[in-house]
Amino acid sequence: MKLAACINHVPDTAAKINVAADRMSIDKTGVTYVINPYDEFAVEECLRLKEKNGGDVTVISLGGDAHKESLRKALAMGVDKAVLLKDDGVRDSYGVARGLADYLKEISPDIVFFGKQSVDYDDGAVGVMVAEMLGLPSVSVVVKLEVAGGKAVAEREIEGGREVVETTLPAVFTAQKGLNEPRYPSLKGIMGAKSKPIEERPLTALTAKAALVQMQKPPAKPAGRVIGTDATAVPELVRLLHEEAKVI
Amino acid sequence: MKILVFAEQRENKFKKPAFEAVRAARNVADQLGGEVIGLVIGGAVQSIAATLGGYGATRVCVAEDPRLAMYSPTAYAKIIAAVAQAQQADVVMLPATSMGKDLAPRVAVKLDAGLAADCIALKVEGGEIVATRPVYAGKALTDVKMTSALKMFTLRPNVFSAGESADASAPVEAASLTLADQDFTCVVKEIKQSSGKLDVAEADIIVTGGRGMKGPEHFGIIEQLAQALGGAVGASRAVVDAGWRPHEEQVGQTGKTVSPSLYIAVAVSGAIQHLAGMSSSKYIVAINKDKDAPIFQAATYGIVGDAFEIIPALTAEVKKLLGKS
Repeated sequence: MKLAACINHVPDTAAKINVAADRMSIDKTGVTYVINPYDEFAVEECLRLKEKNGGDVTVISLGGDAHKESLRKALAMGVDKAVLLKDDGVRDSYGVARGLADYLKEISPDIVFFGKQSVDYDDGAVGVMVAEMLGLPSVSVVVKLEVAGGKAVAEREIEGGREVVETTLPAVFTAQKGLNEPRYPSLKGIMGAKSKPIEERPLTALTAKAALVQMQKPPAKPAGRVIGTDATAVPELVRLLHEEAKVI
Repeated sequence: MKILVFAEQRENKFKKPAFEAVRAARNVADQLGGEVIGLVIGGAVQSIAATLGGYGATRVCVAEDPRLAMYSPTAYAKIIAAVAQAQQADVVMLPATSMGKDLAPRVAVKLDAGLAADCIALKVEGGEIVATRPVYAGKALTDVKMTSALKMFTLRPNVFSAGESADASAPVEAASLTLADQDFTCVVKEIKQSSGKLDVAEADIIVTGGRGMKGPEHFGIIEQLAQALGGAVGASRAVVDAGWRPHEEQVGQTGKTVSPSLYIAVAVSGAIQHLAGMSSSKYIVAINKDKDAPIFQAATYGIVGDAFEIIPALTAEVKKLLGKS
């Protein structure tokens, strides 16, 4: 079984985000970058599918040299091959999907996994776009997956429950938290990943379909009010919620 | 100018975000001049379609087929793209629900359209739609314009007002459909409800418990308060990672981003990734023993004190107010 996981390299969720002076990007000073948290579930699921069904796992990332750090993390977790689709420019989700889809078409995996969204731009669009570009079915926000006999049954999270989706393979899936518990790379894995090659492919620029007008911090909230320090403050809190905020 | 709006229904009932999207489209169409075309897809949905007129739809297309009773991303996306082309839509909008978010990227590729996902505001500037969408889970906001011929937007639920339904019904027409078996390669077989619980993503009131609750056995008082308020129970990442609560309740950057009318954070310290997921809530109440907890920076109202003492008192007071005691 040929498996592929597409990953992104993003600011750690613990990072404070400030907008750069040009108001078109974030200020990267002091920001730590990590593998996109949802993509760890994607890599882990591919590794488990390989352990069960045999095959190999290719991990792919589109971006600048910095992305190699997250590719090495995936190598340390145990994937067989890492590919960097190199583009230092800024792409919209359509452009990212196009770059990934062109490469995936070449290797035609049985299963392609993404994280359900990248925690930088939060589009949650690239995985499904790639599926459509490849002419494949997709199940997004997957929390459970069973693969057998050229078919897959996936459970995806929806409002107030789960949808059980049956799909033919090949197919694209996007991983939600809860799908699995990603493994920690072993020391041997980490050491080994340092010397593994990362294949690099240059990409040509692409016309964007979306344009950023500006980026800004959300408006600051007025300072909150501390009403009290014990249960005697409760009647006043309820009065404020009822009469001032009018939310109950 | 024509705006096509996918109006999501489940079990022949429109989801509230469908009305919100139709109304938002109406507001844009009023500024640019044009019509709003609703699109309803399902097994037998003709009877509900006209009600979209009450929210500003000029007319409504209906795609009915017994095979469409259960959601199929492949078939639904094909229909939306086909109707957009047949109607010569300039803009396609969907609610950013789990269904809308699943469909929009697929439709965007079919229509060669730029997609702004999970928008929280739409403005018209110089004859163009400028969408505001949060990035980094709301730690920053971007204004974006679509540069493609056809433009797509998904709208975050609970942010755009649906307004009151006017006493108007829209004319309904059948969408011409050609569906083949291979359009249903991917289809929902079954829906598992999580025991009738209200989902945090849909709730108008959320009561979230954090690590300060000290253990899963103490979440009873959180559930009771949520129940008294008619709201949902939320959980911080620490609580979910510790296995105290299921991950679908998690609020924050690696959980759900929510914007209810009222968010009550109980014994939640307010880590950056948590604040990112809930600070767009309209009113925030923080209850925490630690007066220096960052959650108080985000809160409208705070009580610095012991949650185990305050929450039962708050539940009782709420019940008294709402006459449930």
